[in-house]
Amino acid sequence: MSALADNRAGGALRSLCIAMLLVVAARAGSAAEIPLPQRRSGYEFMGRETRAMQDDDSANPGMLWVLDGEKLWNTKAGAAALACADCHGDARASMRGVAARYPAFDAAAARPVNLQQRINRCRGEQQKAPPLAFESKDLLALAVYVGLQSRGLPIVPQTDERAKPFIEAGRELFQRRQGQLNLSCAQCHDDNWDRRLAGNAITQGHPGGYPLYRLEWQGLGSLQRRLRNCLVGTRAQAYDYGEAELVNLELFLMWRARGMNIETPAVRP
Amino acid sequence: MARALINVPATARRGDIIDIKALISHEMETGFRRTQLGVPIPRDIITQFICTYNGAEIFRAEFHPAIAANPFIAFSTIATESGTITFNWSGDNGFSAAESAAISVA
Repeated sequence: MSALADNRAGGALRSLCIAMLLVVAARAGSAAEIPLPQRRSGYEFMGRETRAMQDDDSANPGMLWVLDGEKLWNTKAGAAALACADCHGDARASMRGVAARYPAFDAAAARPVNLQQRINRCRGEQQKAPPLAFESKDLLALAVYVGLQSRGLPIVPQTDERAKPFIEAGRELFQRRQGQLNLSCAQCHDDNWDRRLAGNAITQGHPGGYPLYRLEWQGLGSLQRRLRNCLVGTRAQAYDYGEAELVNLELFLMWRARGMNIETPAVRP
Repeated sequence: MARALINVPATARRGDIIDIKALISHEMETGFRRTQLGVPIPRDIITQFICTYNGAEIFRAEFHPAIAANPFIAFSTIATESGTITFNWSGDNGFSAAESAAISVA
């Protein structure tokens, strides 16, 4: 502990790293996946006030993006002058359960694609419109509007054999130590989820609430944005939006959270 | 374009205390931040919120730069008569938004 005392001036980040290393050292070698009955949504780690925000649609700021998404769904776009609704009709019926099974294997791409990539493919092929940028307001709005139609439904376990190798690639990435701190996702989110890091709950890292409104962001963000945050936190170089590694990781996280409910749009601190 | 979510009970009994909630989309740029090149980002916030009940003002709030993005206001009032509750937000750069909700009081 003397190292910790000597470096008090070194800043919060440094003591945070050391604290994390101590935590990891204390539990070295566990590295087991969380048993299914012990899985808990990030919702259960939140305070009463933040839960109340998520539970009340008139207090949940994510619903503002849902309003945008609903409008976009019914707006004609691209050279084909088609709206999503022209093919898919009422999203409340046609998109029910869709977000609970994405990322899904895409035969044309010969690999899994996430919901945002699927929306963009539809834009390109059907609407003849340019793709929306990752993390742009419009893409998030459409994704959260589609996601809302699965709220309360369980995440569907992946049954497509072609997706299996990509789940394994995601799992490998989840368990791989990386970055200057030499940490894997699993070291926090499998081994130490019942502890705290710098006062914050270390959650289990389940993906069911995305896209979600994060108070820290003061805005809506995707799962990939959150994953990139975590990668930067371990001082690793974050993958770009839409890169295969991030989609594999998303796919693995959805498999890991199979059976848990979709909460989109969730609220997180 | 601002989007707003209003929550007012559709019906109430005369004399009931009713909860009113109003959420609006807004960046609430504080004016204290700078870009990566050091250029100050000008302040752009909502400065005033007014709620009226059949034309009579029942709630007013002044907003300041420390208010978070997408401000949420919740308050209560007494249901006195059927009519319209209107919400008005105004702010920097000519920002203005209005919403209204009908309430039926028996």
